[in-house]
Amino acid sequence: MSDATGRPFVSTAEPLTGRVGDYLVQTWAVAAAEVQKLVHDPLELLTRAVQPVLLLMLFGEVMARVHGIAPGNLPYIDYLAAGILAQSALFVAIFYGISAIWERDLGVLQRYLSSPAPRSALVLGKAVSAGVRALSQAIIVYALAILLGVGLSFNPLDMLGVAAVIFIGSALFSTLSLIIACIVKTRERFMGIGQVMTMPIFFASNAIYPLSLMPDWLKAVSHVNPLTYEVDALRGLMLKNAVSDYGLALDFAILVAATAALTAIAARLYSRLGY
Amino acid sequence: MTTAPAVSIKQLTRVFGSLAAVDHVSFDIGVGEIFGLIGPNGAGKSTLIRMLATLLPPTSGTASIAGFDIVQSPAMVRRHIGYVPQLLSADAALTGFENMLLSARLYGVPRRERKSRIESALERMGLAPSAHHLAGQYSGGMLRRLELAQSLLHRPEVLILDEPTVGLDPTARDTVWERVLELRDRFQRTMIVTSHLMQEIEKFCDRIAVIDRGHIVALGTPAELKAGLGPNATLDDVFIGLVGGKESEQKGSYGDVRRNRQALREHG
Repeated sequence: MSDATGRPFVSTAEPLTGRVGDYLVQTWAVAAAEVQKLVHDPLELLTRAVQPVLLLMLFGEVMARVHGIAPGNLPYIDYLAAGILAQSALFVAIFYGISAIWERDLGVLQRYLSSPAPRSALVLGKAVSAGVRALSQAIIVYALAILLGVGLSFNPLDMLGVAAVIFIGSALFSTLSLIIACIVKTRERFMGIGQVMTMPIFFASNAIYPLSLMPDWLKAVSHVNPLTYEVDALRGLMLKNAVSDYGLALDFAILVAATAALTAIAARLYSRLGY
Repeated sequence: MTTAPAVSIKQLTRVFGSLAAVDHVSFDIGVGEIFGLIGPNGAGKSTLIRMLATLLPPTSGTASIAGFDIVQSPAMVRRHIGYVPQLLSADAALTGFENMLLSARLYGVPRRERKSRIESALERMGLAPSAHHLAGQYSGGMLRRLELAQSLLHRPEVLILDEPTVGLDPTARDTVWERVLELRDRFQRTMIVTSHLMQEIEKFCDRIAVIDRGHIVALGTPAELKAGLGPNATLDDVFIGLVGGKESEQKGSYGDVRRNRQALREHG
Protein backbone atom coordinates (compact mmCIF):
# COMPACT_ATOMS: atom_id res chain seq x y z
CA MET A 1 0.00 0.00 0.00
CA SER A 2 2.61 2.53 -0.98
CA ASP A 3 1.38 6.06 -1.30
CA ALA A 4 2.27 8.90 -3.64
CA THR A 5 5.14 10.07 -1.47
CA GLY A 6 6.99 6.88 -2.20
CA ARG A 7 6.77 5.84 1.39
CA PRO A 8 6.85 2.08 1.19
CA PHE A 9 4.36 1.31 3.91
CA VAL A 10 1.26 2.76 5.32
CA SER A 11 2.12 1.97 8.87
CA THR A 12 -0.91 0.39 10.43
CA ALA A 13 0.88 -0.97 13.47
CA GLU A 14 -0.25 0.28 16.82
CA PRO A 15 1.23 3.46 18.20
CA LEU A 16 2.80 1.89 21.28
CA THR A 17 4.50 4.77 22.95
CA GLY A 18 6.41 2.97 25.66
CA ARG A 19 4.49 4.89 28.29
CA VAL A 20 3.88 3.57 31.76
CA GLY A 21 0.26 2.92 30.78
CA ASP A 22 1.28 0.57 27.96
CA TYR A 23 3.69 -1.22 30.27
CA LEU A 24 0.98 -1.80 32.85
CA VAL A 25 -1.47 -3.05 30.23
CA GLN A 26 1.13 -5.47 28.89
CA THR A 27 1.94 -6.71 32.39
CA TRP A 28 -1.76 -7.12 33.09
CA ALA A 29 -2.26 -8.93 29.77
CA VAL A 30 -0.09 -11.79 31.00
CA ALA A 31 -1.50 -11.78 34.52
CA ALA A 32 -5.12 -11.57 33.34
CA ALA A 33 -4.65 -14.59 31.09
CA GLU A 34 -3.47 -16.62 34.09
CA VAL A 35 -6.35 -15.39 36.22
CA GLN A 36 -8.83 -16.33 33.48
CA LYS A 37 -7.35 -19.84 33.45
CA LEU A 38 -7.93 -20.12 37.19
CA VAL A 39 -11.53 -19.04 36.71
CA HIS A 40 -12.00 -21.74 34.06
CA ASP A 41 -10.42 -24.41 36.25
CA PRO A 42 -10.63 -23.49 39.95
CA LEU A 43 -10.22 -27.10 41.05
CA GLU A 44 -6.46 -26.69 40.88
CA LEU A 45 -6.58 -24.14 43.67
CA LEU A 46 -8.38 -26.55 45.96
CA THR A 47 -6.03 -29.45 45.30
CA ARG A 48 -3.05 -27.19 45.95
CA ALA A 49 -4.53 -26.24 49.30
CA VAL A 50 -4.41 -29.83 50.54
CA GLN A 51 -0.77 -29.72 51.56
CA PRO A 52 -0.94 -26.67 53.85
CA VAL A 53 -4.12 -28.05 55.39
CA LEU A 54 -2.37 -31.33 56.21
CA LEU A 55 0.67 -29.55 57.59
CA LEU A 56 -1.41 -27.43 59.91
CA MET A 57 -3.78 -30.16 61.03
CA LEU A 58 -1.34 -33.08 61.41
CA PHE A 59 2.11 -31.62 61.97
CA GLY A 60 0.75 -28.57 63.77
CA GLU A 61 -1.52 -30.47 66.13
CA VAL A 62 1.24 -32.83 67.21
CA MET A 63 3.97 -30.23 67.51
CA ALA A 64 1.66 -28.00 69.53
CA ARG A 65 2.23 -30.45 72.41
CA VAL A 66 5.96 -29.74 72.40
CA HIS A 67 6.62 -26.68 74.50
CA GLY A 68 9.36 -24.15 74.02
CA ILE A 69 9.51 -23.95 70.23
CA ALA A 70 7.56 -20.76 69.81
CA PRO A 71 8.97 -17.78 71.68
CA GLY A 72 7.19 -16.43 74.76
CA ASN A 73 3.61 -17.49 75.44
CA LEU A 74 2.65 -17.78 71.79
CA PRO A 75 0.83 -21.09 71.11
CA TYR A 76 2.80 -23.14 68.58
CA ILE A 77 -0.19 -23.45 66.26
CA ASP A 78 -0.25 -19.64 66.02
CA TYR A 79 3.47 -19.57 65.37
CA LEU A 80 3.15 -22.27 62.73
CA ALA A 81 0.15 -20.72 60.95
CA ALA A 82 2.24 -17.86 59.57
CA GLY A 83 4.94 -20.29 58.46
CA ILE A 84 2.42 -22.52 56.71
CA LEU A 85 0.83 -19.57 54.98
CA ALA A 86 4.24 -18.64 53.59
CA GLN A 87 4.97 -22.28 52.80
CA SER A 88 1.79 -22.73 50.77
CA ALA A 89 2.67 -19.69 48.68
CA LEU A 90 6.29 -20.84 48.33
CA PHE A 91 5.44 -24.34 47.13
CA VAL A 92 3.15 -23.00 44.43
CA ALA A 93 5.58 -20.30 43.36
CA ILE A 94 8.71 -22.43 43.23
CA PHE A 95 7.20 -24.74 40.62
CA TYR A 96 5.86 -21.86 38.60
CA GLY A 97 8.76 -22.03 36.15
CA ILE A 98 7.53 -25.37 34.93
CA SER A 99 4.57 -23.65 33.27
CA ALA A 100 7.04 -21.42 31.42
CA ILE A 101 8.81 -24.54 30.11
CA TRP A 102 5.44 -26.01 29.23
CA GLU A 103 4.57 -22.84 27.30
CA ARG A 104 7.90 -23.06 25.52
CA ASP A 105 7.26 -26.63 24.43
CA LEU A 106 3.78 -25.75 23.24
CA GLY A 107 4.58 -22.49 21.46
CA VAL A 108 2.69 -20.03 23.67
CA LEU A 109 6.03 -18.60 24.81
CA GLN A 110 6.88 -17.76 21.20
CA ARG A 111 3.72 -15.67 21.03
CA TYR A 112 4.76 -13.74 24.12
CA LEU A 113 8.32 -13.25 22.92
CA SER A 114 7.40 -12.13 19.40
CA SER A 115 5.15 -9.43 20.85
CA PRO A 116 6.50 -5.92 21.41
CA ALA A 117 5.94 -6.13 25.18
CA PRO A 118 9.13 -5.41 27.15
CA ARG A 119 10.51 -8.67 28.51
CA SER A 120 10.30 -7.30 32.04
CA ALA A 121 6.55 -6.66 31.59
CA LEU A 122 6.10 -10.31 30.57
CA VAL A 123 8.10 -11.54 33.55
CA LEU A 124 6.31 -9.20 35.92
CA GLY A 125 2.95 -10.33 34.56
CA LYS A 126 3.82 -13.93 35.41
CA ALA A 127 4.89 -12.81 38.89
CA VAL A 128 1.63 -10.94 39.43
CA SER A 129 -0.37 -14.00 38.43
CA ALA A 130 1.60 -16.12 40.90
CA GLY A 131 0.67 -13.54 43.54
CA VAL A 132 -3.02 -13.70 42.67
CA ARG A 133 -2.93 -17.49 42.82
CA ALA A 134 -1.24 -17.46 46.22
CA LEU A 135 -3.78 -14.97 47.57
CA SER A 136 -6.66 -17.24 46.70
CA GLN A 137 -4.94 -20.04 48.60
CA ALA A 138 -4.20 -17.79 51.52
CA ILE A 139 -7.93 -17.42 52.00
CA ILE A 140 -8.20 -21.18 52.50
CA VAL A 141 -5.33 -21.25 55.00
CA TYR A 142 -6.90 -18.30 56.83
CA ALA A 143 -10.24 -20.09 57.06
CA LEU A 144 -8.53 -23.13 58.50
CA ALA A 145 -6.56 -21.02 60.97
CA ILE A 146 -9.81 -19.59 62.27
CA LEU A 147 -11.20 -23.12 62.73
CA LEU A 148 -8.09 -24.17 64.62
CA GLY A 149 -8.46 -21.23 66.96
CA VAL A 150 -5.33 -19.37 65.89
CA GLY A 151 -5.20 -15.91 67.46
CA LEU A 152 -5.56 -13.94 64.23
CA SER A 153 -5.66 -10.19 63.95
CA PHE A 154 -8.68 -8.98 61.99
CA ASN A 155 -7.53 -5.41 61.81
CA PRO A 156 -8.15 -4.49 58.14
CA LEU A 157 -4.74 -2.84 57.83
CA ASP A 158 -3.02 -5.96 59.15
CA MET A 159 -4.97 -8.13 56.72
CA LEU A 160 -4.08 -5.85 53.85
CA GLY A 161 -0.48 -6.15 54.95
CA VAL A 162 -0.72 -9.95 54.97
CA ALA A 163 -2.10 -9.85 51.42
CA ALA A 164 0.75 -7.61 50.32
CA VAL A 165 3.40 -9.86 51.88
CA ILE A 166 1.90 -13.01 50.33
CA PHE A 167 1.69 -11.25 46.99
CA ILE A 168 5.27 -10.00 46.98
CA GLY A 169 6.65 -13.25 48.39
CA SER A 170 4.96 -15.26 45.63
CA ALA A 171 6.18 -12.87 42.99
CA LEU A 172 9.68 -13.25 44.40
CA PHE A 173 9.82 -17.04 44.43
CA SER A 174 7.95 -17.47 41.13
CA THR A 175 10.48 -15.20 39.46
CA LEU A 176 13.32 -17.21 41.00
CA SER A 177 11.58 -20.27 39.59
CA LEU A 178 11.33 -18.64 36.17
CA ILE A 179 15.07 -17.93 36.22
CA ILE A 180 15.78 -21.59 36.90
CA ALA A 181 13.41 -22.57 34.08
CA CYS A 182 15.27 -20.27 31.69
CA ILE A 183 18.54 -21.95 32.63
CA VAL A 184 17.54 -25.63 32.63
CA LYS A 185 14.88 -25.45 29.87
CA THR A 186 13.49 -28.98 30.28
CA ARG A 187 10.75 -30.18 32.58
CA GLU A 188 12.73 -33.19 33.78
CA ARG A 189 15.71 -31.16 34.93
CA PHE A 190 13.44 -28.53 36.40
CA MET A 191 11.49 -31.01 38.54
CA GLY A 192 14.73 -32.29 40.02
CA ILE A 193 16.01 -28.84 40.88
CA GLY A 194 12.61 -27.66 42.15
CA GLN A 195 12.47 -30.55 44.61
CA VAL A 196 16.02 -29.90 45.76
CA MET A 197 15.34 -26.21 46.32
CA THR A 198 12.08 -26.24 48.24
CA MET A 199 13.36 -28.14 51.25
CA PRO A 200 16.34 -25.89 52.10
CA ILE A 201 14.31 -22.73 51.49
CA PHE A 202 11.62 -24.04 53.82
CA PHE A 203 13.78 -25.55 56.57
CA ALA A 204 16.52 -22.92 56.53
CA SER A 205 13.99 -20.31 57.57
CA ASN A 206 11.87 -19.39 60.56
CA ALA A 207 8.77 -21.01 59.01
CA ILE A 208 8.35 -23.83 61.55
CA TYR A 209 10.90 -23.00 64.27
CA PRO A 210 12.73 -19.86 65.35
CA LEU A 211 16.28 -19.09 64.24
CA SER A 212 17.35 -19.18 67.90
CA LEU A 213 17.08 -22.99 67.89
CA MET A 214 19.40 -23.31 64.91
CA PRO A 215 23.14 -23.99 64.86
CA ASP A 216 25.13 -20.93 63.81
CA TRP A 217 25.78 -21.99 60.22
CA LEU A 218 22.09 -22.60 59.59
CA LYS A 219 21.26 -19.32 61.28
CA ALA A 220 23.55 -17.59 58.78
CA VAL A 221 21.81 -19.28 55.85
CA SER A 222 18.41 -18.39 57.23
CA HIS A 223 19.42 -14.76 57.51
CA VAL A 224 19.93 -14.50 53.75
CA ASN A 225 16.81 -16.50 52.93
CA PRO A 226 14.00 -14.16 51.78
CA LEU A 227 11.43 -16.60 53.17
CA THR A 228 12.62 -15.70 56.69
CA TYR A 229 11.58 -12.09 56.13
CA GLU A 230 8.31 -13.09 54.50
CA VAL A 231 7.41 -15.27 57.49
CA ASP A 232 8.59 -12.60 59.94
CA ALA A 233 6.35 -10.00 58.34
CA LEU A 234 3.42 -12.42 58.22
CA ARG A 235 3.79 -13.22 61.93
CA GLY A 236 3.89 -9.57 62.83
CA LEU A 237 0.81 -8.80 60.76
CA MET A 238 -1.51 -11.78 60.97
CA LEU A 239 -1.19 -12.74 64.65
CA LYS A 240 -2.81 -10.85 67.46
CA ASN A 241 -0.10 -11.69 69.98
CA ALA A 242 3.12 -11.51 67.99
CA VAL A 243 5.42 -8.84 66.62
CA SER A 244 7.94 -9.06 63.81
CA ASP A 245 11.55 -9.67 64.91
CA TYR A 246 13.21 -7.58 62.23
CA GLY A 247 10.63 -4.83 61.80
CA LEU A 248 8.09 -4.64 58.97
CA ALA A 249 10.02 -1.92 57.15
CA LEU A 250 13.11 -4.11 56.82
CA ASP A 251 11.01 -7.15 55.88
CA PHE A 252 9.23 -5.27 53.10
CA ALA A 253 12.42 -3.60 51.89
CA ILE A 254 14.20 -6.94 51.54
CA LEU A 255 11.26 -8.63 49.82
CA VAL A 256 10.75 -5.79 47.32
CA ALA A 257 14.46 -5.41 46.60
CA ALA A 258 14.91 -9.16 46.05
CA THR A 259 11.87 -9.27 43.75
CA ALA A 260 13.13 -6.30 41.73
CA ALA A 261 16.59 -7.84 41.36
CA LEU A 262 15.20 -11.22 40.34
CA THR A 263 12.80 -9.60 37.85
CA ALA A 264 15.70 -7.77 36.22
CA ILE A 265 17.64 -11.03 35.89
CA ALA A 266 14.61 -12.98 34.64
CA ALA A 267 13.83 -10.30 32.05
CA ARG A 268 17.31 -10.78 30.59
CA LEU A 269 17.04 -14.57 30.57
CA TYR A 270 13.43 -14.91 29.39
CA SER A 271 14.30 -14.36 25.71
CA ARG A 272 16.84 -17.16 25.92
CA LEU A 273 14.12 -19.59 26.89
CA GLY A 274 12.81 -19.16 23.33
CA TYR A 275 16.10 -20.02 21.57
CA MET B 1 7.30 2.80 -8.96
CA THR B 2 10.20 1.81 -6.78
CA THR B 3 9.40 0.83 -3.27
CA ALA B 4 11.63 -0.39 -0.51
CA PRO B 5 11.40 -4.14 0.02
CA ALA B 6 9.23 -5.32 2.90
CA VAL B 7 11.98 -7.65 4.04
CA SER B 8 15.64 -7.31 3.23
CA ILE B 9 17.97 -10.05 4.44
CA LYS B 10 21.71 -9.38 4.33
CA GLN B 11 24.36 -12.03 4.96
CA LEU B 12 22.24 -13.46 7.75
CA THR B 13 24.06 -16.20 9.63
CA ARG B 14 23.40 -18.31 12.68
CA VAL B 15 25.93 -20.79 13.97
CA PHE B 16 25.12 -23.51 16.51
CA GLY B 17 28.38 -24.96 17.79
CA SER B 18 30.29 -25.83 14.64
CA LEU B 19 27.20 -25.95 12.43
CA ALA B 20 26.11 -22.96 10.39
CA ALA B 21 22.35 -23.53 10.41
CA VAL B 22 21.88 -20.41 8.27
CA ASP B 23 24.97 -19.43 6.31
CA HIS B 24 25.29 -15.92 4.83
CA VAL B 25 21.80 -15.78 3.41
CA SER B 26 20.71 -12.68 1.48
CA PHE B 27 17.50 -11.89 -0.39
CA ASP B 28 14.68 -9.36 -0.53
CA ILE B 29 10.92 -9.78 -0.35
CA GLY B 30 8.68 -7.18 -1.98
CA VAL B 31 5.65 -5.51 -0.46
CA GLY B 32 2.53 -7.62 -0.93
CA GLU B 33 4.47 -10.69 -1.91
CA ILE B 34 3.64 -14.18 -0.65
CA PHE B 35 7.06 -15.68 -0.27
CA GLY B 36 7.49 -19.41 0.22
CA LEU B 37 10.41 -20.98 2.01
CA ILE B 38 11.00 -24.67 1.46
CA GLY B 39 13.73 -27.10 2.32
CA PRO B 40 14.31 -30.46 3.98
CA ASN B 41 14.15 -30.88 7.76
CA GLY B 42 17.13 -29.27 9.39
CA ALA B 43 17.90 -27.15 6.34
CA GLY B 44 17.69 -23.92 8.31
CA LYS B 45 14.10 -22.81 7.57
CA SER B 46 13.10 -22.58 11.20
CA THR B 47 16.33 -20.90 12.25
CA LEU B 48 15.88 -18.29 9.51
CA ILE B 49 12.25 -17.72 10.45
CA ARG B 50 13.05 -17.41 14.14
CA MET B 51 15.73 -14.83 13.44
CA LEU B 52 13.27 -12.80 11.35
CA ALA B 53 10.71 -13.04 14.14
CA THR B 54 13.40 -11.68 16.54
CA LEU B 55 13.26 -14.82 18.67
CA LEU B 56 16.85 -15.78 17.93
CA PRO B 57 19.68 -13.28 17.51
CA PRO B 58 21.85 -13.81 14.41
CA THR B 59 25.51 -14.74 14.83
CA SER B 60 26.33 -12.26 12.07
CA GLY B 61 24.58 -10.37 9.31
CA THR B 62 21.17 -8.81 9.72
CA ALA B 63 17.79 -8.22 8.14
CA SER B 64 15.37 -5.35 8.05
CA ILE B 65 11.63 -5.77 8.17
CA ALA B 66 9.30 -2.88 7.34
CA GLY B 67 12.38 -0.67 7.53
CA PHE B 68 13.51 -1.78 10.99
CA ASP B 69 16.66 -3.72 11.73
CA ILE B 70 16.17 -7.03 13.58
CA VAL B 71 19.45 -6.61 15.46
CA GLN B 72 19.35 -2.87 16.19
CA SER B 73 15.67 -2.46 16.97
CA PRO B 74 13.97 -5.80 17.56
CA ALA B 75 11.20 -4.13 19.57
CA MET B 76 10.20 -2.02 16.54
CA VAL B 77 10.31 -5.07 14.29
CA ARG B 78 7.99 -6.90 16.68
CA ARG B 79 5.42 -4.13 16.37
CA HIS B 80 5.34 -4.47 12.59
CA ILE B 81 5.26 -8.23 12.19
CA GLY B 82 2.73 -10.89 12.97
CA TYR B 83 4.23 -14.28 13.77
CA VAL B 84 2.46 -17.61 13.84
CA PRO B 85 4.89 -20.24 15.09
CA GLN B 86 4.72 -23.81 13.90
CA LEU B 87 3.96 -24.89 17.44
CA LEU B 88 0.67 -24.26 19.14
CA SER B 89 0.71 -20.63 20.22
CA ALA B 90 -2.93 -20.23 21.20
CA ASP B 91 -3.51 -21.06 24.84
CA ALA B 92 -5.78 -24.09 25.16
CA ALA B 93 -6.90 -23.08 28.65
CA LEU B 94 -8.31 -19.75 27.42
CA THR B 95 -11.29 -19.07 25.19
CA GLY B 96 -10.82 -17.76 21.68
CA PHE B 97 -11.87 -14.34 22.82
CA GLU B 98 -9.48 -14.38 25.78
CA ASN B 99 -6.61 -15.41 23.52
CA MET B 100 -7.44 -12.44 21.31
CA LEU B 101 -7.66 -10.14 24.30
CA LEU B 102 -4.19 -11.23 25.40
CA SER B 103 -2.75 -10.33 22.00
CA ALA B 104 -4.67 -7.06 21.84
CA ARG B 105 -3.22 -5.97 25.17
CA LEU B 106 0.32 -7.10 24.40
CA TYR B 107 0.25 -5.17 21.13
CA GLY B 108 -1.27 -2.02 22.60
CA VAL B 109 -4.58 -2.07 20.72
CA PRO B 110 -6.41 0.91 22.26
CA ARG B 111 -8.85 -0.13 24.94
CA ARG B 112 -11.94 1.36 23.28
CA GLU B 113 -11.24 -0.56 20.05
CA ARG B 114 -10.33 -3.92 21.55
CA LYS B 115 -13.74 -5.53 21.71
CA SER B 116 -14.93 -4.43 18.27
CA ARG B 117 -11.66 -5.36 16.59
CA ILE B 118 -11.53 -8.75 18.27
CA GLU B 119 -15.12 -9.48 17.30
CA SER B 120 -14.66 -8.49 13.69
CA ALA B 121 -11.42 -10.49 13.44
CA LEU B 122 -13.09 -13.59 14.89
CA GLU B 123 -16.00 -13.03 12.51
CA ARG B 124 -13.67 -12.82 9.51
CA MET B 125 -11.95 -16.05 10.53
CA GLY B 126 -15.29 -17.82 10.97
CA LEU B 127 -14.78 -18.18 14.72
CA ALA B 128 -17.52 -15.92 16.02
CA PRO B 129 -19.80 -18.78 17.12
CA SER B 130 -17.00 -20.37 19.18
CA ALA B 131 -15.50 -17.16 20.53
CA HIS B 132 -16.35 -18.09 24.09
CA HIS B 133 -15.38 -21.75 23.93
CA LEU B 134 -12.01 -22.86 25.26
CA ALA B 135 -9.40 -23.05 22.51
CA GLY B 136 -8.65 -26.56 23.77
CA GLN B 137 -11.96 -27.63 22.23
CA TYR B 138 -11.13 -26.16 18.80
CA SER B 139 -10.23 -28.29 15.79
CA GLY B 140 -6.76 -27.95 14.26
CA GLY B 141 -8.08 -25.68 11.52
CA MET B 142 -9.93 -23.46 13.97
CA LEU B 143 -6.80 -23.12 16.11
CA ARG B 144 -4.75 -22.04 13.12
CA ARG B 145 -7.38 -19.46 12.20
CA LEU B 146 -7.45 -18.24 15.79
CA GLU B 147 -3.65 -17.90 15.75
CA LEU B 148 -3.85 -16.03 12.46
CA ALA B 149 -6.46 -13.70 13.92
CA GLN B 150 -4.26 -13.15 17.00
CA SER B 151 -1.26 -12.25 14.90
CA LEU B 152 -3.28 -9.80 12.79
CA LEU B 153 -4.96 -7.74 15.50
CA HIS B 154 -2.26 -5.08 15.45
CA ARG B 155 -2.40 -4.93 11.63
CA PRO B 156 1.21 -5.90 10.94
CA GLU B 157 2.82 -5.18 7.59
CA VAL B 158 4.65 -8.49 7.42
CA LEU B 159 3.22 -11.81 8.47
CA ILE B 160 5.53 -14.73 9.23
CA LEU B 161 3.80 -18.11 9.07
CA ASP B 162 5.84 -21.16 10.01
CA GLU B 163 4.18 -24.28 8.61
CA PRO B 164 0.67 -22.81 8.93
CA THR B 165 -1.01 -25.90 7.47
CA VAL B 166 0.97 -28.64 9.22
CA GLY B 167 -1.30 -31.40 10.44
CA LEU B 168 -4.44 -29.95 8.83
CA ASP B 169 -6.80 -31.82 6.54
CA PRO B 170 -7.17 -30.50 2.96
CA THR B 171 -10.35 -28.54 3.69
CA ALA B 172 -8.84 -26.81 6.71
CA ARG B 173 -5.67 -26.11 4.70
CA ASP B 174 -7.68 -24.42 1.96
CA THR B 175 -9.52 -22.29 4.49
CA VAL B 176 -6.23 -21.10 5.98
CA TRP B 177 -4.86 -20.27 2.53
CA GLU B 178 -8.06 -18.44 1.57
CA ARG B 179 -7.56 -16.15 4.54
CA VAL B 180 -3.90 -15.63 3.70
CA LEU B 181 -4.70 -14.72 0.09
CA GLU B 182 -7.44 -12.38 1.20
CA LEU B 183 -5.03 -10.56 3.48
CA ARG B 184 -2.63 -10.05 0.64
CA ASP B 185 -5.26 -9.04 -1.90
CA ARG B 186 -7.27 -6.74 0.32
CA PHE B 187 -4.64 -5.36 2.63
CA GLN B 188 -1.37 -5.76 0.73
CA ARG B 189 0.25 -7.65 3.57
CA THR B 190 3.56 -9.32 2.91
CA MET B 191 3.82 -12.98 3.89
CA ILE B 192 6.66 -15.34 4.54
CA VAL B 193 5.37 -18.90 4.60
CA THR B 194 7.13 -22.20 5.15
CA SER B 195 5.58 -25.50 4.23
CA HIS B 196 6.44 -29.10 3.54
CA LEU B 197 3.71 -29.33 0.93
CA MET B 198 5.06 -28.45 -2.49
CA GLN B 199 1.61 -28.28 -4.06
CA GLU B 200 0.40 -25.52 -1.81
CA ILE B 201 3.66 -23.56 -2.00
CA GLU B 202 3.50 -23.81 -5.79
CA LYS B 203 -0.13 -22.82 -5.93
CA PHE B 204 -0.14 -19.89 -3.55
CA CYS B 205 3.34 -18.34 -3.43
CA ASP B 206 4.54 -15.60 -5.75
CA ARG B 207 8.17 -16.52 -5.25
CA ILE B 208 9.96 -19.37 -3.55
CA ALA B 209 13.36 -19.85 -1.98
CA VAL B 210 14.73 -23.36 -1.57
CA ILE B 211 17.04 -23.61 1.40
CA ASP B 212 19.42 -26.50 2.01
CA ARG B 213 22.17 -26.83 4.60
CA GLY B 214 21.89 -23.18 5.46
CA HIS B 215 22.18 -21.90 1.89
CA ILE B 216 19.61 -20.60 -0.58
CA VAL B 217 20.04 -23.04 -3.46
CA ALA B 218 17.31 -21.61 -5.70
CA LEU B 219 15.07 -18.57 -5.71
CA GLY B 220 12.38 -17.51 -8.17
CA THR B 221 8.76 -17.84 -9.18
CA PRO B 222 7.41 -21.41 -9.31
CA ALA B 223 7.49 -21.19 -13.13
CA GLU B 224 11.11 -20.07 -13.14
CA LEU B 225 12.17 -22.87 -10.86
CA LYS B 226 10.44 -25.48 -13.00
CA ALA B 227 11.54 -24.00 -16.32
CA GLY B 228 14.79 -25.94 -16.58
CA LEU B 229 13.18 -29.31 -15.95
CA GLY B 230 10.83 -29.82 -18.87
CA PRO B 231 7.12 -29.19 -19.38
CA ASN B 232 5.75 -31.71 -16.92
CA ALA B 233 8.06 -30.91 -14.05
CA THR B 234 6.54 -30.33 -10.64
CA LEU B 235 7.99 -28.46 -7.75
CA ASP B 236 8.67 -31.83 -6.16
CA ASP B 237 11.05 -32.57 -9.02
CA VAL B 238 12.74 -29.23 -8.48
CA PHE B 239 13.07 -29.92 -4.79
CA ILE B 240 14.52 -33.39 -5.23
CA GLY B 241 16.83 -32.16 -7.97
CA LEU B 242 18.18 -29.40 -5.78
CA VAL B 243 18.55 -31.01 -2.41
CA GLY B 244 18.85 -34.63 -3.49
CA GLY B 245 16.57 -37.48 -2.53
CA LYS B 246 18.48 -38.03 0.68
CA GLU B 247 17.09 -37.16 4.02
CA SER B 248 19.18 -34.56 5.77
CA GLU B 249 21.07 -36.00 8.69
CA GLN B 250 22.73 -32.76 9.61
CA LYS B 251 20.48 -31.42 12.26
CA GLY B 252 17.10 -31.97 13.82
CA SER B 253 17.59 -33.08 17.37
CA TYR B 254 15.36 -35.49 19.23
CA GLY B 255 13.82 -32.48 20.94
CA ASP B 256 12.88 -30.89 17.61
CA VAL B 257 11.29 -34.09 16.40
CA ARG B 258 9.39 -34.47 19.62
CA ARG B 259 8.11 -30.93 19.42
CA ASN B 260 7.09 -31.32 15.77
CA ARG B 261 5.22 -34.51 16.45
CA GLN B 262 3.61 -32.98 19.46
CA ALA B 263 2.52 -30.02 17.36
CA LEU B 264 1.13 -32.43 14.80
CA ARG B 265 -0.76 -34.34 17.41
CA GLU B 266 -2.23 -31.25 18.93
CA HIS B 267 -3.24 -29.73 15.62
CA GLY B 268 -4.62 -32.95 14.26
